[in-house]
Amino acid sequence: MSELWNYLRANQSDIARWTWTTVWLAGGALVAGLIIALPLGWLANRYRWTYPPLVTLAGLIYTIPSIVLFVTMPGVLGTKVLDPINVGVALTAYTVALMVRVVADGLSSVSGDTLAAAAAMGYTGRQRLFAVQLPISIPVIGAGLRVAAVSNVSLVSVASLVGVEQLGALFVRGSEQGALVPIVLGVIIVMVLAFAFDAVILIGVRLLTPWQRAVRAR
Amino acid sequence: MIRFESVTKKYPDGTVAVDHLDLVAPSGQITVLVGPSGCGKTTSLRMINRMIDPSSGRIWLDDRDTAKGRPSQLRRGIGYVIQHAGLFPHRTVIDNVATVPLLLGTGRREARAQALELLERVGLPANFADRYPAQLSGGQQQRVGVARALAADPPVMLMDEPFSAVDPVVRAQLQEEFLRLQGELGKTIVFVTHDIDEAIKLGDQVAVMRVGGTLAQLATPAELLSRPADAFVAGFVGRDRGYRALGFAEAGELPLTDEPVVRLGEELSTACDRARDGWTLVVDAESQPQGWLGVRGLAVDAQRGSVTPELLNLGGTLATESGTLREALDAALSSPSGRGVIVHEGGSFAGTVTASEVLARIEARAAGVRHEAESYTADVLAGGSTHNAGSTHNAGAAP
Repeated sequence: MSELWNYLRANQSDIARWTWTTVWLAGGALVAGLIIALPLGWLANRYRWTYPPLVTLAGLIYTIPSIVLFVTMPGVLGTKVLDPINVGVALTAYTVALMVRVVADGLSSVSGDTLAAAAAMGYTGRQRLFAVQLPISIPVIGAGLRVAAVSNVSLVSVASLVGVEQLGALFVRGSEQGALVPIVLGVIIVMVLAFAFDAVILIGVRLLTPWQRAVRAR
Repeated sequence: MIRFESVTKKYPDGTVAVDHLDLVAPSGQITVLVGPSGCGKTTSLRMINRMIDPSSGRIWLDDRDTAKGRPSQLRRGIGYVIQHAGLFPHRTVIDNVATVPLLLGTGRREARAQALELLERVGLPANFADRYPAQLSGGQQQRVGVARALAADPPVMLMDEPFSAVDPVVRAQLQEEFLRLQGELGKTIVFVTHDIDEAIKLGDQVAVMRVGGTLAQLATPAELLSRPADAFVAGFVGRDRGYRALGFAEAGELPLTDEPVVRLGEELSTACDRARDGWTLVVDAESQPQGWLGVRGLAVDAQRGSVTPELLNLGGTLATESGTLREALDAALSSPSGRGVIVHEGGSFAGTVTASEVLARIEARAAGVRHEAESYTADVLAGGSTHNAGSTHNAGAAP
């Protein structure tokens, strides 16, 4: 225990910097991925024939090994090899891959009666989407987002292999030096970060869906 | 007034849901569309607010062609109650009710104040305002659905099987309150149901539709029962037509017989002395009938006690003086003493009537109806107009 603590103290500034990089890479990709997945998920739900190809495509993207994606990104984007943007874009792609299906399923989980009532009350299509359909989908979308967040946090560390420094650097150091301490410390920090992301999303969903609590309390 | 002018709905696969429908739903009245599944009743309803667009024909709302303008604008002026209430689960009851006023630009404070009033109007306590729909029973949700449809005070209301998803007791309650509310508000209502009894109970006029989306008969409930247009309507209206039709015949002044009664708490021996054919009617302090006491079944030693509610036979129904022949006959038939109990408007005992007395009244009335029917048949044979009002066209409203 004290070894971990000592290591942490000794490498304080490095670890703080790496943690911060991990947070913004994983978090930024999560937000960007959600923003892109929302219209795609809407499309898959609104025009059902687009659902199978979109969801299949998303599944295919998710099966590409992360290291391959990180390495090919500079070629695709025309960025520098060591640019952290490569990692951010790759993680965004994973998030989109996970979230397209979640968003489509979330939107289609709204009952037909509720949608018909909304139309009959005089909501336009757009008002209905933003005032009725999307808010009711929040629990489903939130659940998918939690999975994507945890997956992002753990995937970021792979980026060390393409030279982008973040918490994964602890694992590289540990294996290079044959030392266990940085590896264990890295695992702990990554787990804490994953929990933190999870908690933030959970709290956000709770704040946005007071009606769900009321239903449970019944 | 809502007017269907040769309205047809044909789907791309060739299915015809509604076929050249002509129908007028008069202002301030309840028009019920009823028929088996696949008769196009819900499709017809949904074409009024353009949830479904007709393939051909027009639907007029007073002198306005509903096909002109934006559907969302049209719908904000038409109340809509859907089968399972279709409330917004993520909004509180009061925000659900305030939906349309908010869409129309009413301020939030004002919309909520109105919504609160409406909740009261549909019989929900004010403390329900901040609950969510999932915390309400099916019947309560449906009340909220009605309040939501009424919120912007639309002249027209469309109701799609609003009471079919609740249990029979709650349904009867909701129907009663719906009629009371309509008595106050006088909306133009189109009401869809598959339940002919509900149609007959609620409709000012009933449109029976048949599979294929055509109108089989448009008539008042009493007419529908007494003069079904064809075998389909007769079959759909169902059995006991004659008996049910009595529910639309006012009993008029029945020959009431006075009856010696006892009050709850009086001596049983008094009740025995006053019994006729072994039965004594028991009333409460306000003279409201409580039930019949059968004195022949009483044990000798029990006769020393007093009259308690537990001793009463509650089988008999009550009919009011101003009620229908059906109520009066039912009161007589259900009474253990054979004497039907008739009460004043306030519920106090008025007198009794026997089944044969009610039957005599029914016979007399039937003789009158037969006479009328003969002249009706003569009319039809002479080529006179029938009572199917659906095909009337109002030339003045054409564009």
